[in-house]
Amino acid sequence: MNREEKLNRQSRIRNFSIIAHIDHGKSTLADRILEKTNALAQREMKSQLLDSMDLERERGITIKLNAVQLKYNAKDGEEYIFHLIDTPGHVDFTYEVSRSLAACEGAVLVVDAAQGIEAQTLANVYLALDNNLEIIPVINKIDLPSADPERVRNEIEEVIGLDASEAVLASAKAGIGIEEILEQVVELVPPPEGDPDAPLKALIFDSLYDAYRGVVAYIRVVEGSVKPGDKIRMMATGKEFEVIEVGVFNPKTVLCDELTVGDVGFLTAAIKNVGDTRVGDTITNAKSGAAEALPGYRKLNPMVYCGLYPIDASKFNDLRDALEKLELNDSALQFEPETSQALGFGFRCGFLGLLHMEIIQERIEREFKIDLITTAPSVIYDVILTDGSSIKVDNPSNMPDPQKIDRIEEPYVKATMMAPNEFVGAIMELCQDKRGIFIDMQYMDETRVSIVYEIPLSEIVYDFFDQLKSNTKGYASFDYELIGYKESKLVKMDILLNAETVDALSFIVHRDFAYERGKVIVEKLKKLIPRQQFEVPIQAAIGQKIIARSTISAMRKNVLAKCYGGDISRKRKLLEKQKEGKKRMKQVGSVEVPQEAFMAVLKMDDTTPKK
Amino acid sequence: MIKSAYIHIPFCEHICHYCDFNKVYLQGQPVDEYLSMLKKEFQMSVMEYPVESLTTIFVGGGTPTSLNEKQLSFLVSSIREELPYDRNSVEFTFEANPGDLSEGKLAILHEAGVNRLSFGVQSFNEELLRKIGRTHKIADVYDSIEKANKVGFDNISIDLIYGLPGQTMEDFEDTLKKALELKMEHYSSYSLIVEPKTVFYNLMQKGRLSLPPQEIEARMYECVMEEMAKHGYIQYEISNYAKQGYESKHNLTYWNNEEYFGFGAGAHGYVEGKRTANYGPLKKYITPLQEGRLPLIETHEVSKQEKMEEEMFLGLRKMEGVNAQSFEEKFGTPISDIFGQQLTELKEKGLLEESAGTYRLTYSGKLLGNEVFQSFIAV
Repeated sequence: MNREEKLNRQSRIRNFSIIAHIDHGKSTLADRILEKTNALAQREMKSQLLDSMDLERERGITIKLNAVQLKYNAKDGEEYIFHLIDTPGHVDFTYEVSRSLAACEGAVLVVDAAQGIEAQTLANVYLALDNNLEIIPVINKIDLPSADPERVRNEIEEVIGLDASEAVLASAKAGIGIEEILEQVVELVPPPEGDPDAPLKALIFDSLYDAYRGVVAYIRVVEGSVKPGDKIRMMATGKEFEVIEVGVFNPKTVLCDELTVGDVGFLTAAIKNVGDTRVGDTITNAKSGAAEALPGYRKLNPMVYCGLYPIDASKFNDLRDALEKLELNDSALQFEPETSQALGFGFRCGFLGLLHMEIIQERIEREFKIDLITTAPSVIYDVILTDGSSIKVDNPSNMPDPQKIDRIEEPYVKATMMAPNEFVGAIMELCQDKRGIFIDMQYMDETRVSIVYEIPLSEIVYDFFDQLKSNTKGYASFDYELIGYKESKLVKMDILLNAETVDALSFIVHRDFAYERGKVIVEKLKKLIPRQQFEVPIQAAIGQKIIARSTISAMRKNVLAKCYGGDISRKRKLLEKQKEGKKRMKQVGSVEVPQEAFMAVLKMDDTTPKK
Repeated sequence: MIKSAYIHIPFCEHICHYCDFNKVYLQGQPVDEYLSMLKKEFQMSVMEYPVESLTTIFVGGGTPTSLNEKQLSFLVSSIREELPYDRNSVEFTFEANPGDLSEGKLAILHEAGVNRLSFGVQSFNEELLRKIGRTHKIADVYDSIEKANKVGFDNISIDLIYGLPGQTMEDFEDTLKKALELKMEHYSSYSLIVEPKTVFYNLMQKGRLSLPPQEIEARMYECVMEEMAKHGYIQYEISNYAKQGYESKHNLTYWNNEEYFGFGAGAHGYVEGKRTANYGPLKKYITPLQEGRLPLIETHEVSKQEKMEEEMFLGLRKMEGVNAQSFEEKFGTPISDIFGQQLTELKEKGLLEESAGTYRLTYSGKLLGNEVFQSFIAV
């Protein structure tokens, strides 16, 4: 292609994302668009095609992003090239969302015609506006009996401040309004700007690891072009590679000769580590490359930490391998070896949020078949010592002696919740319970309210979202952003089993809640830890002071005193089963502790009185 | 050489709430056909695995005594015709349901050489018996034992169950007292285990079964051990007590890890190094035999490792314990090479003791036997 052809093609490219709250129909709309552009024969359509990981399908959430190239014949007679870039729908992945939005010029905003705008949608719309995206509002599910498109249209105008007079009324499910959306994409989303002859600038917005090809980097070419054989450089890390393949997804992988300005696709370059293709980084030519990287890159910092330990100590190296493999695919995952007196050798891992943590945990157990013990998640505390120095503590057991501490600061988030007004009381009560500071409350329309609180991140980490959902019958939506550190009266609570401190069970708690929580935890552990050969006292302590205790009675009888006749195999099976059960437990000192006990400090839900 | 045979009679007139053995309601079943196929199984097995002379025969169920006199006669004469044993030295046991044994039936058994009876008494609390689905009355127990003595039986065992739903410590002490007053030669005292496919299991699933807590169950077990010792009975296995010389040789076959035939529907055997299991459903048991095949559903060749494990978890059930030298003679490897670590740990935990080269359960080892047994199993 010569320059002119390239520029002509460039003018017919439209790059866009779909922004929607969970359940508002993003995946269905994506499927309809794929259908409409004949990207797939009908029979090839797996429902919700863009969510490719099993886990995503199961949880109905999008974790990894995908980008699809589509051909659309518009009413003006031209053939347009669409790149539809999928975004993750969870608050843990805000940065990744912002980078995939940065790869677009426009976004289709899908709002449920019955439910209206939710907190998560709003957060993503602001991200899109930050990236100067043209936003195309779509009011979806208009065929629902409870649909109220006019109310939602007003809401879009009032809450977001967008002109929604042209908003498409659609039903992705019923196939209504799809063509109109595509026409608006052609009309409203600007074509990519950028010089195809300039030095290469390609934005990495995602990457994944493929066992055969190494890292596959998902890129958006902003300036210049890239083709196999090119020598490239990652601007943040400085690493250089030689491009092996470039291509697009349609949604099947299609190799191309070249990717040029406006193209969204992938490249491979025998890159062995996903850490070398960091989301948000800019790829340029190794020689005479771009002077400046694209804006917006930052290294992702985990918000939540926990310890991961193999139940079977001999699996430590397997766990390392598993984490390394996952890291290839997930640059936000951090880990380093740590040792616990109670649990032996394991890793302290950092995650973007709780969902991210659960996903990694589940993948290790499922894909790598390693049984794990997970310690309760912790945030990073700023501890200012009496000598004036300060340290960061991401593991409660590393908290210094109280005498050495001048004060502790903990991360706070600004939490935005939206719900029907009948739940205002319930939400406020929950936020107060979670040490929240009221900031603002606004009516979005007659019935829907937006409430803003500042809440310690550690309280969000403890079952906040679950409680919010259950206290509002699932109506409330929730989003948060980190706003900085504030001083809190925090103490470390230790748990002693059989008079020995189990470091992996220590946690940080606000002084005012310490007694209550200590009591609940020891009772909970009593239920979770099976009887041992001897009596096991459980104590909760702050420093030297015991604040709660309970006791697990000794196992009195466990013997097969039954006549099984000559059925020895059956006896064996029964013993095997008992032994298998034990293998799922971790020997802590002289006590065998099941997996769930280590999470007990986290999940307080069943002990909170339900209203 | 195989020295023992278990023969299973899967018929019952009533089904107890806790029983998960292979059994069916007697009524309408092809009992005669079953008995003639059993005879055929004896013939075929003895052909395949030659036997010199059996030293123990145990007829269990189900309820063997639910057979009528004619059927019983047929069964015992099949045994006599097809299985080799010395009438004077064999231990020949029949399981019996109190109340089932008429003098006629008793005479048939006695004449055929049956010399040991094992009564499923379970409890001396009438109310409790009814609740666990037993249909015999306490009076039947006394009556049956008296009749058996009269016919000439002088080696009788009774079974008791503890840990039953609603059973109190006092209940069980009373049962134990009444059982001991009978001065039987042998007692078995089992704890209730709620197994799937039983009435109790279903009740438990629905949360409608209230079992005594572990503490009470443990005290019941301790109480049996104490009372038995007080009355001069020797505990020779976790759940079995006997007057000197009246230990059940048949059951010792299992715990000594020796081989035995398992005849009948759903029966388990151990022949020439293989653990075997027969089909349980009557039709599946009968058909292959009609076609001249053994009705095996499963055979498992026991590996040396498994055999050693079994030597331990079966052998340690006996109070006599496991002797290191016998172990080495049997397997050609010192016990410490195979299980050294487990033995040391269990001794440290106070569950095993060792004296003169023999390992035995300690007192707490008996209560926590499974903790001991499972440590020998490689999983």
